[in-house]
Amino acid sequence: MGRYIAKRLLSLVPVLFGVSIIVFFLVRLIPGSALQMYMGTQVEATPQQMEELKRIFGEDRPVTVLFVEWLGRILQGDFGYSLRTGRAVLPDILSRLPLSLELTLFALFLALLIGIPQGIASSLKKNPVSDVINRIVGLLGLSLPQFWLASLMVLAFSGTRGWIPMGNYIKFAANPLRNLQMLFLPALAIGIGLAAVIMRYTRNSMLEVLQMDYIRTAKAKGLKKRVVILRHALKNAILPVITVAGFNTGYLLGGAIVIEEVFALPGMGRLALYAIYQRDYPVIQAIVLVIATLFVLVNLVTDLIYALVDPRIRLDEGKKQS
Amino acid sequence: MSKSRLAKNSIAMTGVVIVALYLLSIAVSFFWLPFDPVAMDVEHLLEAPSLATGHLFGTDEFGRDILARIMKGSTISLVISLCATALGSVVGVLMGIWAGYLGGRWDHWIMRVADVLFSFPSLLLAIFVMAILGEKTFNVVFAIGIVYIPQFARISRGAILTIKSSEFVRAARSNGAGSSFILFRHLLPNILVPLIVQVSLSLSVAILLESSLSFLGLGVQPPAPSWGNMLSGARKVMVLAPWTAIYPGLAISFLVLGFNLLGDGLRDILDPRLRNVR
Repeated sequence: MGRYIAKRLLSLVPVLFGVSIIVFFLVRLIPGSALQMYMGTQVEATPQQMEELKRIFGEDRPVTVLFVEWLGRILQGDFGYSLRTGRAVLPDILSRLPLSLELTLFALFLALLIGIPQGIASSLKKNPVSDVINRIVGLLGLSLPQFWLASLMVLAFSGTRGWIPMGNYIKFAANPLRNLQMLFLPALAIGIGLAAVIMRYTRNSMLEVLQMDYIRTAKAKGLKKRVVILRHALKNAILPVITVAGFNTGYLLGGAIVIEEVFALPGMGRLALYAIYQRDYPVIQAIVLVIATLFVLVNLVTDLIYALVDPRIRLDEGKKQS
Repeated sequence: MSKSRLAKNSIAMTGVVIVALYLLSIAVSFFWLPFDPVAMDVEHLLEAPSLATGHLFGTDEFGRDILARIMKGSTISLVISLCATALGSVVGVLMGIWAGYLGGRWDHWIMRVADVLFSFPSLLLAIFVMAILGEKTFNVVFAIGIVYIPQFARISRGAILTIKSSEFVRAARSNGAGSSFILFRHLLPNILVPLIVQVSLSLSVAILLESSLSFLGLGVQPPAPSWGNMLSGARKVMVLAPWTAIYPGLAISFLVLGFNLLGDGLRDILDPRLRNVR
């Protein structure tokens, strides 16, 4: 297992390098240099000051050199400074990251909590009518725009206190219960689509497993239905569900960007949006880099969990090496 | 695919009907709209839906008819989604089939590019591209299209790999057919099934992405109506006038549902392996 983890970790290096290339060079496509954008709000500078600024903004060096310098600074934890506030970017991101991560995990939790039992239930009674209904409910979950659902929640709950954060967000450390109450609706809005996906995968996977011989054996042994379903069937049916849930967790993180805006939650998504509205490119670059890195890491963790619960994966890898 | 199988599949047919309804409404909107979708009408601000005034879905904060704006917006949303999906699928499929067919170093590098593009959550990538290119309608097409490139590349590469060493491909090669000929005349037609399903599902996601971008103010710019920016405008007034938020959202949801049903049904019809599973 250690070898497998090391191999997978190593495979991240070229991907993350590619990500950093895209993040760095896409921003370079913007018409007008960063210096011009910065100067747009400043008074005139003397020629000497201009020279100094050009050096700071790197206009005296080729782009490839700048990229290497930039990457070097990133690796040391220096993500640059905001063009608007002049503050270092990384502390601002780190202070908002916990909320976005909490929201994402909460959404994942709700999605699993809704999706898996629903999926199991619908796999047990199979008839054409409930089949169609299930599919439509599942597809409906995928079809509602998250931000619209969130807006409707705000509309419906704006009269009741405590459910809608709107400006007075309370941190988990300050009051866990109030915090979870506030994040419940946003997390539900983000997670409902994934709940629908998980429901379908659980159902299909269960239907497949329930046809297996060992399920019949278990039933023939006289085991209780509950034991057969939970211990024998679900344990095997859950594998593809883990993969789907894991790979979609990264998308939940993306969904958080919009939902934070709707509920006025001070997370990373809002920071990103304001940076975009203000054309604050160092902040945008840093946030995109951080989210993409998290996304890649989440996918890696999913792979590892999968390998952990399904030994066949590791064996396969071993065979390929020998 | 036979027509009767499509007609028999109730899921796919529901999707077809929903999408057809939208196409019909677009066709109608070219000749007739209940009201001017852009002109302000200060005497009818935030009017509730009613038959008497003729504003079936009510009016928004500028007195514009919501039904007219939804109809007009459907053209914009659909055109963007179609173009974005076309862009992503053409580029992605070309990348994927070349990678799968040529193999070796080409395959390695093309798929690494796809991996990197895959490392961004789709909405984040689209937002990032919009932030860089600026908020213009054409840029929305590009921002959404780029999200699809890696998806189509992977699907088509996988499909090519499974059929590339088939008898008929070897037969074509021994007849002296060139690589491009084999790729486009023999291989591509054989991998269309998963691609068609993916196109349908991608259209639904494109609608959602476009509306999300417009909702955030990064997509279609007002006063041009798009479902997303209508909902964005509705946020300020929806407590007073819930209809401003409800109808555009329903318009998005039903079209997305239509494409999802269509894609799902098509998968059942076209992919025999799945026919007995669900």
